[in-house]
Amino acid sequence: MSDIKVPELGEGIEAATVACWHVQKGDHVKADDDIVELVTDKASFNVPADAGGVVTEILVAEGREVEIGKTIAVIDSQA
Amino acid sequence: MKEEQNIFEFIDLGTVDYVEAWEKQKQQVEQCQQGAKDTIFLCEHPAVITLGRLGNRENLLLLNEIKSRGIKIIDIDRGGDVTLHSPGQLVVYPVVDLRRFGRDLKFYLVKLEQVVIDFFKEFDILTERKPGKTGAWFGEKKIASIGIGVKKWISFHGMSLNMGNDLTLFSLIRPCGLDVQMTSLDEIKKEHVDLHKAKEMLVHIFSNTFTREMVNV
Repeated sequence: MSDIKVPELGEGIEAATVACWHVQKGDHVKADDDIVELVTDKASFNVPADAGGVVTEILVAEGREVEIGKTIAVIDSQA
Repeated sequence: MKEEQNIFEFIDLGTVDYVEAWEKQKQQVEQCQQGAKDTIFLCEHPAVITLGRLGNRENLLLLNEIKSRGIKIIDIDRGGDVTLHSPGQLVVYPVVDLRRFGRDLKFYLVKLEQVVIDFFKEFDILTERKPGKTGAWFGEKKIASIGIGVKKWISFHGMSLNMGNDLTLFSLIRPCGLDVQMTSLDEIKKEHVDLHKAKEMLVHIFSNTFTREMVNV
Protein backbone atom coordinates (compact mmCIF):
# COMPACT_ATOMS: atom_id res chain seq x y z
CA MET A 1 0.00 0.00 0.00
CA SER A 2 1.18 3.50 -0.76
CA ASP A 3 -0.47 6.54 0.81
CA ILE A 4 -0.89 9.71 -1.20
CA LYS A 5 -0.34 12.55 1.25
CA VAL A 6 -0.61 16.31 0.89
CA PRO A 7 3.05 17.28 0.48
CA GLU A 8 4.89 20.16 2.09
CA LEU A 9 4.21 23.08 -0.23
CA GLY A 10 6.27 25.77 1.45
CA GLU A 11 6.83 27.73 4.61
CA GLY A 12 3.63 28.91 6.23
CA ILE A 13 1.34 26.81 4.03
CA GLU A 14 -0.67 24.62 6.37
CA ALA A 15 -3.47 23.41 4.12
CA ALA A 16 -4.62 23.13 0.52
CA THR A 17 -7.92 22.56 -1.25
CA VAL A 18 -8.55 19.49 -3.38
CA ALA A 19 -9.36 21.05 -6.77
CA CYS A 20 -9.77 17.91 -8.85
CA TRP A 21 -8.97 14.24 -8.87
CA HIS A 22 -7.28 13.00 -12.03
CA VAL A 23 -8.13 9.38 -11.10
CA GLN A 24 -11.05 7.40 -9.73
CA LYS A 25 -11.21 4.52 -7.31
CA GLY A 26 -10.23 1.36 -9.18
CA ASP A 27 -8.00 3.12 -11.74
CA HIS A 28 -4.59 1.69 -12.54
CA VAL A 29 -1.82 4.28 -12.25
CA LYS A 30 1.87 4.33 -12.99
CA ALA A 31 4.54 5.82 -10.77
CA ASP A 32 4.77 9.58 -11.42
CA ASP A 33 1.25 9.84 -12.86
CA ASP A 34 -0.52 12.93 -11.55
CA ILE A 35 -3.18 11.80 -9.09
CA VAL A 36 -4.76 14.94 -7.74
CA GLU A 37 -4.55 18.69 -8.17
CA LEU A 38 -4.45 20.83 -5.03
CA VAL A 39 -4.90 24.57 -4.85
CA THR A 40 -3.45 26.99 -2.37
CA ASP A 41 -4.07 30.69 -2.91
CA LYS A 42 -2.65 31.48 -6.37
CA ALA A 43 -1.02 28.13 -7.07
CA SER A 44 -2.35 24.81 -8.25
CA PHE A 45 -0.15 21.81 -7.49
CA ASN A 46 -0.30 18.33 -8.99
CA VAL A 47 0.55 15.45 -6.69
CA PRO A 48 2.06 12.42 -8.45
CA ALA A 49 1.92 8.76 -7.41
CA ASP A 50 5.07 7.48 -5.72
CA ALA A 51 4.45 3.98 -7.05
CA GLY A 52 2.26 2.30 -9.63
CA GLY A 53 -0.78 0.24 -8.69
CA VAL A 54 -4.53 0.47 -8.25
CA VAL A 55 -6.27 3.37 -6.52
CA THR A 56 -8.14 1.71 -3.66
CA GLU A 57 -9.23 4.74 -1.65
CA ILE A 58 -10.05 8.37 -2.38
CA LEU A 59 -10.53 9.95 1.01
CA VAL A 60 -11.27 13.62 0.34
CA ALA A 61 -13.89 15.14 -1.94
CA GLU A 62 -13.18 17.89 -4.44
CA GLY A 63 -13.59 21.35 -2.91
CA ARG A 64 -12.53 20.23 0.58
CA GLU A 65 -9.58 21.69 2.41
CA VAL A 66 -6.96 19.32 3.75
CA GLU A 67 -3.99 19.79 6.05
CA ILE A 68 -0.42 19.27 4.91
CA GLY A 69 0.67 15.70 5.60
CA LYS A 70 -2.82 14.22 5.58
CA THR A 71 -3.43 11.02 3.59
CA ILE A 72 -5.93 11.71 0.81
CA ALA A 73 -5.74 8.54 -1.27
CA VAL A 74 -4.34 5.02 -1.11
CA ILE A 75 -2.71 3.05 -3.91
CA ASP A 76 -2.28 -0.74 -3.71
CA SER A 77 1.03 -1.29 -5.41
CA GLN A 78 0.69 -5.08 -5.26
CA ALA A 79 -2.47 -5.08 -7.37
CA MET B 1 25.54 28.07 -10.84
CA LYS B 2 25.14 31.56 -9.46
CA GLU B 3 27.91 32.96 -11.64
CA GLU B 4 26.30 31.81 -14.87
CA GLN B 5 24.90 34.61 -16.98
CA ASN B 6 22.45 32.58 -19.00
CA ILE B 7 20.64 30.49 -16.44
CA PHE B 8 17.31 31.30 -18.02
CA GLU B 9 16.17 31.16 -21.60
CA PHE B 10 13.80 33.98 -22.54
CA ILE B 11 11.53 33.51 -25.55
CA ASP B 12 9.37 36.31 -26.91
CA LEU B 13 6.29 34.74 -28.50
CA GLY B 14 4.91 38.10 -29.66
CA THR B 15 1.11 38.15 -29.92
CA VAL B 16 -0.05 34.57 -29.58
CA ASP B 17 -3.34 32.74 -29.12
CA TYR B 18 -3.86 31.79 -25.46
CA VAL B 19 -4.22 28.06 -26.08
CA GLU B 20 -1.13 27.99 -28.28
CA ALA B 21 0.93 29.60 -25.51
CA TRP B 22 -0.58 27.22 -22.94
CA GLU B 23 0.42 24.22 -25.09
CA LYS B 24 3.94 25.60 -25.43
CA GLN B 25 4.20 25.88 -21.67
CA LYS B 26 3.01 22.31 -21.16
CA GLN B 27 5.58 21.04 -23.67
CA GLN B 28 8.25 23.05 -21.90
CA VAL B 29 7.16 21.64 -18.51
CA GLU B 30 7.86 18.13 -19.86
CA GLN B 31 11.23 19.21 -21.25
CA CYS B 32 12.08 20.90 -18.00
CA GLN B 33 11.28 17.67 -16.15
CA GLN B 34 13.92 16.05 -18.34
CA GLY B 35 16.50 18.67 -17.45
CA ALA B 36 15.94 21.45 -20.00
CA LYS B 37 16.86 24.98 -19.02
CA ASP B 38 14.27 27.07 -17.17
CA THR B 39 12.47 29.02 -19.88
CA ILE B 40 10.49 32.21 -19.61
CA PHE B 41 7.95 33.01 -22.30
CA LEU B 42 6.89 36.61 -22.85
CA CYS B 43 3.84 37.41 -24.93
CA GLU B 44 0.60 39.28 -25.50
CA HIS B 45 -2.77 37.64 -26.11
CA PRO B 46 -5.80 38.62 -28.17
CA ALA B 47 -8.64 39.29 -25.70
CA VAL B 48 -9.37 36.16 -23.68
CA ILE B 49 -10.77 35.34 -20.24
CA THR B 50 -9.32 32.53 -18.16
CA LEU B 51 -10.75 30.86 -15.09
CA GLY B 52 -8.41 29.22 -12.58
CA ARG B 53 -9.07 25.87 -10.92
CA LEU B 54 -11.36 27.23 -8.23
CA GLY B 55 -12.66 30.06 -10.40
CA ASN B 56 -16.23 31.12 -9.78
CA ARG B 57 -18.30 31.64 -12.95
CA GLU B 58 -20.30 34.28 -11.08
CA ASN B 59 -17.23 36.47 -11.55
CA LEU B 60 -18.03 36.60 -15.27
CA LEU B 61 -20.22 39.67 -14.95
CA LEU B 62 -21.37 40.46 -18.48
CA LEU B 63 -21.71 37.14 -20.24
CA ASN B 64 -23.72 38.48 -23.18
CA GLU B 65 -21.19 41.18 -23.87
CA ILE B 66 -18.31 38.73 -23.54
CA LYS B 67 -20.07 36.56 -26.11
CA SER B 68 -20.93 39.41 -28.48
CA ARG B 69 -17.32 40.60 -28.44
CA GLY B 70 -16.21 37.06 -29.32
CA ILE B 71 -14.04 36.76 -26.23
CA LYS B 72 -13.34 33.13 -25.34
CA ILE B 73 -13.62 31.87 -21.75
CA ILE B 74 -11.13 29.13 -20.97
CA ASP B 75 -10.95 26.92 -17.86
CA ILE B 76 -7.31 26.40 -17.02
CA ASP B 77 -5.00 24.60 -14.61
CA ARG B 78 -3.66 27.41 -12.46
CA GLY B 79 -4.49 28.80 -9.04
CA GLY B 80 -6.50 32.00 -8.69
CA ASP B 81 -9.88 32.98 -10.03
CA VAL B 82 -10.81 34.82 -13.23
CA THR B 83 -8.57 37.12 -15.23
CA LEU B 84 -8.51 38.77 -18.61
CA HIS B 85 -5.74 39.21 -21.12
CA SER B 86 -5.78 41.58 -24.09
CA PRO B 87 -3.33 43.23 -26.48
CA GLY B 88 -0.92 45.63 -24.80
CA GLN B 89 -0.76 43.60 -21.59
CA LEU B 90 2.63 42.00 -20.91
CA VAL B 91 2.16 38.34 -20.05
CA VAL B 92 5.04 36.35 -18.59
CA TYR B 93 5.08 32.55 -18.28
CA PRO B 94 8.14 31.30 -16.42
CA VAL B 95 8.55 27.54 -16.78
CA VAL B 96 10.97 26.96 -13.95
CA ASP B 97 12.05 24.11 -11.72
CA LEU B 98 10.98 25.10 -8.21
CA ARG B 99 13.30 22.48 -6.73
CA ARG B 100 15.99 25.07 -7.49
CA PHE B 101 14.07 27.61 -5.41
CA GLY B 102 13.46 25.68 -2.22
CA ARG B 103 10.26 23.79 -3.21
CA ASP B 104 8.26 26.61 -1.71
CA LEU B 105 5.19 27.93 -3.52
CA LYS B 106 4.82 30.97 -1.32
CA PHE B 107 8.47 31.93 -1.71
CA TYR B 108 8.16 31.69 -5.49
CA LEU B 109 4.97 33.78 -5.59
CA VAL B 110 6.57 36.44 -3.40
CA LYS B 111 9.56 36.52 -5.77
CA LEU B 112 7.26 36.96 -8.75
CA GLU B 113 5.63 39.86 -6.91
CA GLN B 114 9.08 41.31 -6.31
CA VAL B 115 9.88 41.12 -10.02
CA VAL B 116 6.69 43.06 -10.78
CA ILE B 117 7.31 45.66 -8.06
CA ASP B 118 10.93 46.19 -9.19
CA PHE B 119 9.79 46.36 -12.82
CA PHE B 120 7.29 49.17 -12.21
CA LYS B 121 9.81 50.96 -10.00
CA GLU B 122 12.00 51.35 -13.08
CA PHE B 123 9.18 53.51 -14.46
CA ASP B 124 8.96 55.49 -11.20
CA ILE B 125 5.77 53.72 -10.23
CA LEU B 126 5.74 52.49 -6.66
CA THR B 127 3.54 49.43 -6.28
CA GLU B 128 3.09 47.21 -3.26
CA ARG B 129 1.81 43.88 -2.00
CA LYS B 130 -1.45 43.48 -0.14
CA PRO B 131 -1.63 40.74 2.49
CA GLY B 132 -3.70 37.82 1.24
CA LYS B 133 -4.15 39.40 -2.20
CA THR B 134 -1.23 38.19 -4.29
CA GLY B 135 -0.31 40.59 -7.06
CA ALA B 136 0.95 44.15 -7.30
CA TRP B 137 -1.11 47.15 -6.30
CA PHE B 138 -0.88 50.85 -7.03
CA GLY B 139 -2.83 52.36 -4.18
CA GLU B 140 -6.17 50.56 -4.20
CA LYS B 141 -5.89 49.62 -7.86
CA LYS B 142 -4.40 46.40 -9.14
CA ILE B 143 -1.74 46.61 -11.83
CA ALA B 144 -0.52 43.01 -12.10
CA SER B 145 -2.00 39.57 -11.47
CA ILE B 146 -0.22 36.34 -10.62
CA GLY B 147 -1.30 32.70 -10.82
CA ILE B 148 0.69 29.51 -11.31
CA GLY B 149 0.30 25.80 -11.91
CA VAL B 150 2.88 23.24 -10.78
CA LYS B 151 3.61 19.74 -12.08
CA LYS B 152 6.37 17.74 -10.40
CA TRP B 153 7.72 21.01 -9.04
CA ILE B 154 7.92 22.60 -12.48
CA SER B 155 5.96 25.83 -12.44
CA PHE B 156 4.04 27.26 -15.38
CA HIS B 157 1.48 30.01 -16.02
CA GLY B 158 2.73 33.19 -14.32
CA MET B 159 1.87 36.84 -14.35
CA SER B 160 0.22 39.54 -16.39
CA LEU B 161 1.22 43.18 -16.17
CA ASN B 162 -1.09 45.91 -17.35
CA MET B 163 0.81 48.18 -19.69
CA GLY B 164 -1.12 49.69 -22.60
CA ASN B 165 -4.06 47.29 -22.60
CA ASP B 166 -7.68 48.44 -22.71
CA LEU B 167 -8.72 48.59 -19.04
CA THR B 168 -12.43 48.92 -19.85
CA LEU B 169 -12.46 45.21 -20.72
CA PHE B 170 -11.97 44.35 -17.05
CA SER B 171 -15.54 45.54 -16.43
CA LEU B 172 -16.64 42.27 -18.06
CA ILE B 173 -15.36 40.33 -15.07
CA ARG B 174 -14.66 40.58 -11.35
CA PRO B 175 -10.86 40.26 -11.62
CA CYS B 176 -9.47 37.58 -9.31
CA GLY B 177 -12.93 37.45 -7.73
CA LEU B 178 -12.32 40.84 -6.14
CA ASP B 179 -14.31 44.04 -6.42
CA VAL B 180 -11.32 45.95 -7.54
CA GLN B 181 -10.36 48.50 -10.15
CA MET B 182 -7.47 47.75 -12.44
CA THR B 183 -4.88 50.25 -13.56
CA SER B 184 -1.99 50.15 -16.01
CA LEU B 185 1.41 51.65 -16.62
CA ASP B 186 0.09 53.81 -19.46
CA GLU B 187 -2.81 55.06 -17.34
CA ILE B 188 -0.50 56.10 -14.51
CA LYS B 189 2.22 57.56 -16.71
CA LYS B 190 -0.30 59.16 -19.08
CA GLU B 191 1.89 58.09 -21.98
CA HIS B 192 2.49 54.98 -24.03
CA VAL B 193 5.44 52.87 -22.97
CA ASP B 194 7.07 50.77 -25.67
CA LEU B 195 6.40 47.10 -24.93
CA HIS B 196 9.63 45.93 -26.53
CA LYS B 197 11.69 48.04 -24.13
CA ALA B 198 9.48 46.92 -21.27
CA LYS B 199 10.17 43.29 -22.11
CA GLU B 200 13.92 43.91 -22.05
CA MET B 201 13.54 45.51 -18.65
CA LEU B 202 11.53 42.59 -17.35
CA VAL B 203 14.08 40.04 -18.58
CA HIS B 204 16.82 41.90 -16.76
CA ILE B 205 14.88 42.16 -13.49
CA PHE B 206 13.65 38.58 -13.59
CA SER B 207 17.20 37.28 -14.12
CA ASN B 208 18.61 39.35 -11.29
CA THR B 209 15.84 38.48 -8.87
CA PHE B 210 15.90 34.74 -9.42
CA THR B 211 19.55 34.06 -10.21
CA ARG B 212 20.65 35.10 -6.76
CA GLU B 213 18.07 32.82 -5.16
CA MET B 214 18.98 29.72 -7.09
CA VAL B 215 20.38 26.59 -5.46
CA ASN B 216 21.76 23.43 -7.02
CA VAL B 217 19.57 20.32 -6.96
